[in-house]
Amino acid sequence: MKHNLILRLVSKFLIPLIMLFALYVQFHGDFGPGGGFQAGVIFSAAFILYTLVFGLDAAEKIISPGLLKMFASLGVLIYAGTGVAGLLLGGKYLEYNVLASTNVAGQHLGILVIELGVGMTVASVMMIIFYAFAGRGRR
Amino acid sequence: MLDNLIDITLLTFLVITALAIVRMYNLFAVIMLFSIFSLLSAGLFVVLDAVDVAFTEAAVGAGISTVLMLATLALTYKHKEEKNANRPSHTPWLPLTVVLLTGAILIYGTYDIPAFGDAKAPAHTHVAPYYLEQSLSDTGVPNVVTAILASYRAFDTLGEVAVIFTAGVAVLLLIGRRRRSEGDARKSGDDNET
Repeated sequence: MKHNLILRLVSKFLIPLIMLFALYVQFHGDFGPGGGFQAGVIFSAAFILYTLVFGLDAAEKIISPGLLKMFASLGVLIYAGTGVAGLLLGGKYLEYNVLASTNVAGQHLGILVIELGVGMTVASVMMIIFYAFAGRGRR
Repeated sequence: MLDNLIDITLLTFLVITALAIVRMYNLFAVIMLFSIFSLLSAGLFVVLDAVDVAFTEAAVGAGISTVLMLATLALTYKHKEEKNANRPSHTPWLPLTVVLLTGAILIYGTYDIPAFGDAKAPAHTHVAPYYLEQSLSDTGVPNVVTAILASYRAFDTLGEVAVIFTAGVAVLLLIGRRRRSEGDARKSGDDNET
């Protein structure tokens, strides 16, 4: 897609905004609609837009499939690790109350961290799937 | 009143879109209509005050899955088989009977469902009142959906994340092996894609 000047310019303008919105949804999920899942999907949508406009090779230079695999696993690890952290601090699995000094602070921390894990996994898996489909057509 | 009008409009569009999908032969147009269908359902969820669900439906249904289906389409065919379009190989009576019967049973089943917004419905008498009343003081999170998903039902959500992760792994295993050179792939005999 070398010639679509308007498309390229508009997506260059839009991609940062989409990513910013994804981060807003991620970290504002406690207060408004949204959360890790939606944020991950929106974040990956920005990358997919980039891939559609600039090509798979350019996208893989920014974030390689290997890195994506790592992030996808890391997200699950963060989530499950939060549960184990609760265990180690003397609570039950995925009990956030023990994570900080007060119950509410612990809940806040726990929710924030696991949403981060969800967001990472969802965003990476969506990109992995899209890379797999897009790379298939190249041969 | 206005709510009803919006509901009826959205549902009418949903039905029209669904009928158009069934009758269409151009798969590209079908995918676009799927996307419109998702967007309309997202609108419907917003009317029902389920903004989190609407958010997901709009992002996943109208956004990502459309792109994925387009990517699939690019690898396969653009049209359904049209040669049998005029003379189907079977009579429509058996499928029609099955559909009508199932529909009738489903409609009969709706008579047992509590009315919309019924305060005595089982869904509103079990744990929901506790969540609504206590989630703010328990977790300090104003969005009750997030409080339930990430705190009370964190174990379920962990399972969901594992499902998504598994889906990614499955796709990688099935069609992810493209980075090797063509010769490698041919040697292993797994690239008989159409």
